Amino acid sequence: MNPTSEPIIRVRGLGKRYANGFTALSNVDLDIKEGEILALLGPNGAGKTTLISTICGLVEPTSGSVTVGGHDIHKNFREARSLIGLVPQELAIAPFDVVANTVRLSRGLFGLARNDVYIEELLGRLSLGDKMGNIMQQLSGGMKRRVLIAKALAHEPRILFLDEPTAGVDVELRKDMWAIVEQLRADGVTIILTTHYIEEAEEIADRVGVIAKGRIIAIDDKVNLMSRFGRKQLTIELRDPCDSVPATLEPFSLERSSDGRRLVYSYDTRADRTGITSLLQALNSAGLQLKDLSTTQSSLEDIFVDMVASDNDGAVE
Amino acid sequence: MNVEGIKAIYFNEMRRTRNTLLQSIVSPVLSTALYFVVFGGAIGSRIQSVEGVDYGLFIVPGLMMLSLLTQSISNASFGIFFPKFTGTIYEVMSAPMSFFEVIVGYVGAAATKSLIIGTIILITAAFFVDLRIAHPVWMVAFLVLTCIAFSLFGFIIGLWADNFEKLQLIPLIVITPLVFLGGSFYSIDMLPEFWQKVTLFNPVVYLISGFRWSFFEVADVPVGLSLAMIAGFLVLCLGIVWWMFKTGYKLRS
Repeated sequence: MNPTSEPIIRVRGLGKRYANGFTALSNVDLDIKEGEILALLGPNGAGKTTLISTICGLVEPTSGSVTVGGHDIHKNFREARSLIGLVPQELAIAPFDVVANTVRLSRGLFGLARNDVYIEELLGRLSLGDKMGNIMQQLSGGMKRRVLIAKALAHEPRILFLDEPTAGVDVELRKDMWAIVEQLRADGVTIILTTHYIEEAEEIADRVGVIAKGRIIAIDDKVNLMSRFGRKQLTIELRDPCDSVPATLEPFSLERSSDGRRLVYSYDTRADRTGITSLLQALNSAGLQLKDLSTTQSSLEDIFVDMVASDNDGAVE
Repeated sequence: MNVEGIKAIYFNEMRRTRNTLLQSIVSPVLSTALYFVVFGGAIGSRIQSVEGVDYGLFIVPGLMMLSLLTQSISNASFGIFFPKFTGTIYEVMSAPMSFFEVIVGYVGAAATKSLIIGTIILITAAFFVDLRIAHPVWMVAFLVLTCIAFSLFGFIIGLWADNFEKLQLIPLIVITPLVFLGGSFYSIDMLPEFWQKVTLFNPVVYLISGFRWSFFEVADVPVGLSLAMIAGFLVLCLGIVWWMFKTGYKLRS
């Protein structure tokens, strides 16, 4: 990934208002770098699928522009769409189609000549090698999802959209799915996935964007996002239990455990001064003896819940 | 031009036909044979001839039109309705294909299938009557134009319909009566004068009349008018489809 290169997808001022008056996207700006894995995180109805669908040409935006690989999705829709593979959220399949045929159809739709060697290799990679001649409706849910991935990859796209790839998928398949994603990343495919499983985003993505009410309220490298928005907790274990928090320590709003052996200090990693040094001095002055110190950082889930909640007061950025 | 895309849709649709061969091919052959037994055999023995043409022979063009119209509409409407119903239409809509290319794929396949059925009916008819075709080139022209125009019409119905009932509605309550009342099995001269006038508002009369002319040089209305009517219907359907795709009607939100 080259951070100075042009983004492979550039979204500017994108807005979508449906005919029923519902605003699904408002003024979304987004740059997606080539080769990265971007996770779009948000609750149901946040606008994740609308954003993806708009970039893929399934939803007509009300305002704004999108370029894919430098091609405008309207003026140069052929060039733009040729770069994209889409795995939809719903298991949309033609029940009577044979697996190999439906994947061949996908390749043809994207303007590429038939290539059975590639299709066979692709299906093999997705553990579908022995299912090529099966009819879609004979496959399990997990297998159907793999076929949808194969269909999306049939035209060798540079960008893959995975809309809620692990919704309703068992643990085993979810692990397989991430193995597939890792492999695609190694091949240089840019991957955009939506999810509301935070651990997924945390585990696999390079960057995380948080969407709520049709707006991207935060987007950053996963690590930065966590340190930017993360709250840390410093747990102080005391040699001797204390009955109450000494008055001199009141400014630090410490929480005392019921047995009086632990004090917990919450601080914001974004703040210039975390207050740890002064806390330690104050503990010393209060005559409390420390046994141990440990810190824990809030997970992406905590961050996410915080952000969506505080979004009522405006953007977090 | 995404030729591979058109081919992909076309051959996928044709494959679907092969998978439902019994329903697609055997059923029109069977119903044609039944029409010949009932109309040609039972009724025809009492009518003898219409406008100098043996009755069994006279009904061949009408019988072909009846099947062509209903088959074109049902093939094309189902072809586009089914992907909408299963949700697989997302793939076509996100592919680098223009609306024109999508139509050529779907409508081309539906029209091809109707042409095949038309040909089979013609061959079946040859077993029952002594077939003769006065203007084979015009016969093929009428055949092809009708298949394309009504496949387009079926495509429109398939896009418009959002449930199975709507999908069946137009063919059942509009097309079938129009075909039966359009002179498939009789010459409109045989109707009372008032109904002769009313029947001129039925577009199918012009189709059947023109098609019958290409067989026997016998027509209810001038053949030029027949040709103009079918061309007009084709243009009308093209216009509607163009508008549907331009506005993303029922496909893009």
